[in-house]
Amino acid sequence: MSGRRVVITGLGVVAPGGVNTKAFWEAITSGRTATRLITAFDPAAFRSQIAAEVDFDPVQAGLSHREMRRLDRAAQFALVATRESLSDSGLEPGRLDPTRVGVSVGSAVGCTVRLESEYLVLSDSGREWVVDNSYASPHLYDYYMPGSLAAEVAWEVNAQGPVTMISAGCTSGLDSLGHAADLIREGTVDVMLAGGTDAPISPITVSCFDAIKATSPGNDDAAHALRPFDRTRTGFVLGEGAAMLVLEELEYARARGAKLYAEITGFASRSNAFHMTGLRPDGAELAAAVTAALDESKLPADAIDYVNAHGTATKQNDLHETVALKTALGDHAYRIPVSSIKSMIGHSLGAVGSIEIAACALAIDQGIVPPTANLNEPDPELDLDYVPHQAREQHLDTVLTVGSGFGGFQSAMVLVRPGSPA
Amino acid sequence: MRQITLRELQDIMRECAGEDESAQPLEQAADESFVDLGYDSLALLETQSRVKREYGVEFSEDDLASITTPREFVDLLNTQLLAA
Amino acid sequence: MTAAVVTGIGVAAPNGLGKDRFWAATLRGESGIRTVRRFDVSSYPSRLAGEIDGFEPTEYLAGRLIPQTDRMTQIALVASDWALADAGVEPGTYDTTEMGVATAGASGGLEFGQRELANLWSSGPQHVSVYMSFAWFYAVNSGQISIRHGMRGPTGVMVSDQAGGLDALAQARRNVRKGTRLILSGGVDSSFCPYGWVSRMSSRSLSTCDDPRSAYLPFDARAQGHVPGEGGAILVVEDAQAARSRGARPYGEIAGYGATFDAAARHGGGNGLRRAVEAALADAQAAATDIGVVFADGSGTPEDDRIEAETIAAVFGPGAVPVTVPKTMTGRMNSGGAPADLACALLSMRDAIIPPTINVRTIAPGYEIDLVIGEPRPWQPGAALVLARGKGGFNSAMVLRATAQVPGATA
Repeated sequence: MSGRRVVITGLGVVAPGGVNTKAFWEAITSGRTATRLITAFDPAAFRSQIAAEVDFDPVQAGLSHREMRRLDRAAQFALVATRESLSDSGLEPGRLDPTRVGVSVGSAVGCTVRLESEYLVLSDSGREWVVDNSYASPHLYDYYMPGSLAAEVAWEVNAQGPVTMISAGCTSGLDSLGHAADLIREGTVDVMLAGGTDAPISPITVSCFDAIKATSPGNDDAAHALRPFDRTRTGFVLGEGAAMLVLEELEYARARGAKLYAEITGFASRSNAFHMTGLRPDGAELAAAVTAALDESKLPADAIDYVNAHGTATKQNDLHETVALKTALGDHAYRIPVSSIKSMIGHSLGAVGSIEIAACALAIDQGIVPPTANLNEPDPELDLDYVPHQAREQHLDTVLTVGSGFGGFQSAMVLVRPGSPA
Repeated sequence: MRQITLRELQDIMRECAGEDESAQPLEQAADESFVDLGYDSLALLETQSRVKREYGVEFSEDDLASITTPREFVDLLNTQLLAA
Repeated sequence: MTAAVVTGIGVAAPNGLGKDRFWAATLRGESGIRTVRRFDVSSYPSRLAGEIDGFEPTEYLAGRLIPQTDRMTQIALVASDWALADAGVEPGTYDTTEMGVATAGASGGLEFGQRELANLWSSGPQHVSVYMSFAWFYAVNSGQISIRHGMRGPTGVMVSDQAGGLDALAQARRNVRKGTRLILSGGVDSSFCPYGWVSRMSSRSLSTCDDPRSAYLPFDARAQGHVPGEGGAILVVEDAQAARSRGARPYGEIAGYGATFDAAARHGGGNGLRRAVEAALADAQAAATDIGVVFADGSGTPEDDRIEAETIAAVFGPGAVPVTVPKTMTGRMNSGGAPADLACALLSMRDAIIPPTINVRTIAPGYEIDLVIGEPRPWQPGAALVLARGKGGFNSAMVLRATAQVPGATA
């Protein structure tokens, strides 16, 4: 392979607590949590009645009525984030060679909101197995085959290179960026719109996480329910949102004087091949992914200045992840901040990996480490510096982000400050 | 007074979580761990959910975490059925 | 750069369970398309499908796996077993970290999902299965396959409508190039439930014809849509040198790949299929004349058929290369279609025979393609091109090269 390198030149975020990048960054650096009682539907019948919802007004977000009719909520998020990231990057689609532009959108649950709402109509609220075709929306196929999420982004930016959706559960948003970086490095494209989107706050998804007791039942104190690394943690809080990033080949970006947020230097995916939802406490495969991402970056473990954690606040994850970090980074794990922004924005499944990468890019750009909110009583078994409550100013050259997903997916990515000696 | 037997627990678990051909009857393996018998945490959760729907009994999360064998499951369920 | 070869094939298709039965039926022109039996289809305008008969999951899978898997995952797991057996990989040949999985998803485990939606809405949240947290989502096949075979290397899932199968194989090749020795790749889909059916019909591409011999006629003058199918294929992709070291006999090499997206109407339209083909040829360092057969996507929708026929004629010359659509015997299997076509392409190289396209009689006027109809056709195995397209504008193309031409591979 040639020496092609990949940089992030534009950010677009739709997140609980911040419907654009600026609002999102302000929310998480002030430690503000966006978890609350679910308003999207009446949650009374559910075990976990809380979520991190996006206060999303599609009209205000610039969507047309046709877009609102056609697009599932996840697609709406992706479109709005795409528009912001494109604008942020300064790229003008009309002046790009569209055959050198591709799209990679991560999503775990695709168009579940519309699939569920359409189902209610067609099945007459679940009464009919043989659903009634005459009520079917003309867009139902696009919800059923969620590659349409990537197609919508491609249409928006006129991408005519490779376009795909990546669906690897909770690592989708991370893996999507890794895939995009691969395509740029290979020389297939010069620009990728890459990110993730999910809108899982829908009764069927809430129920399925209720069934495995993965989500927090902390309904009486929603704002503090997602407590990563805390001794009293009770599981994650479902979130929603999207982040779309503009990735470019480095020389291509430099030639046009683009702002460079960060360089993606390494990415790796592994599988724990153990259990669809369970994690082995030794975190071996996540550690292996971290090591592989570092190797690809040609960086040693002690180059890492900050770890953006998966930090879902389930009993098993936070231990798994802590052990994995210690395995991969050795004693250095004790010397660096490790924080989970899910504490504030919830767990938006296939979107969150991309949102976290956007946060890492901003952290590098601004020299601020976002905190882990709600960390009042550290778990004695978890003894790293998880940046409780307060963001910290810190010059960052190299950042690691990790993720684990149902199905055994374990992923890691290394980002580097542009122009840093690393 | 409703009480459940190991055989009935086995029927429920088979429906919830499936059963391998080589599976031992729970009556004979009552004190073996669920893990050794091939039932994972999801199988137990699903069984618990069914028990709740059919018998109206829900174990606390602490209780559920402490159950490791079929006999423990049946005993705890029967205790709670008696108390109900 | 190391080559990626296919050393094992596992197929589950409406006209044959297992690679050998599938291939024999395909060469005989045997169709698996008939009226849907899995649910009551009588009230719907489209009623035909390629369904897999006689797949009893308990014959192949531990009882424990059944409640937690949609039918499509069950089929995928069995196909993965068959692929590994076909490849003859001895346990212990590779470390667990040297093996990975890359599948395509399309509609997920929707039959499982519809059941759980029904449970939720007719009975309440407590009636939703614990397995719903993973059984219907697109990632499930990769996850379950990696667990079943203890594969701890890179694992991923691509979703791009009916083009995804080629994208997954390309991802497998990418990971082999980066150092993974063996990747299980491909796709299997089903979602043969009323909700999946109605979802498919909303694309307005499903044929409403009731005669299995006339419903799905790609490139035919009478083309009026396609018939869905369930099933697919899982392939073993290996590092060519590693395969050679263990004495494997590859079917062929994944020599080239290209993927593009059509320009949207709002951007002036403009089809990307030709660019995908040219990219795949360039990637394979192949000339058009090196391609001895094209396995077409075969949409069955006239507009898409026209574009594909024109593209093939433009790249290869009018009528210059045999073209075939064995999907006419299985229906379109979502993420499983392209992997099954790859299996056909590899087997057609092995046996020096191209399977027929069935039911098509009269190619539409102006389509200058040499469609293999009626009988299978012998050929001198060279390179094969497989095309796959997805609704919205996905175009993927893959060039396979016969083993004898792979540098260093065993003939």
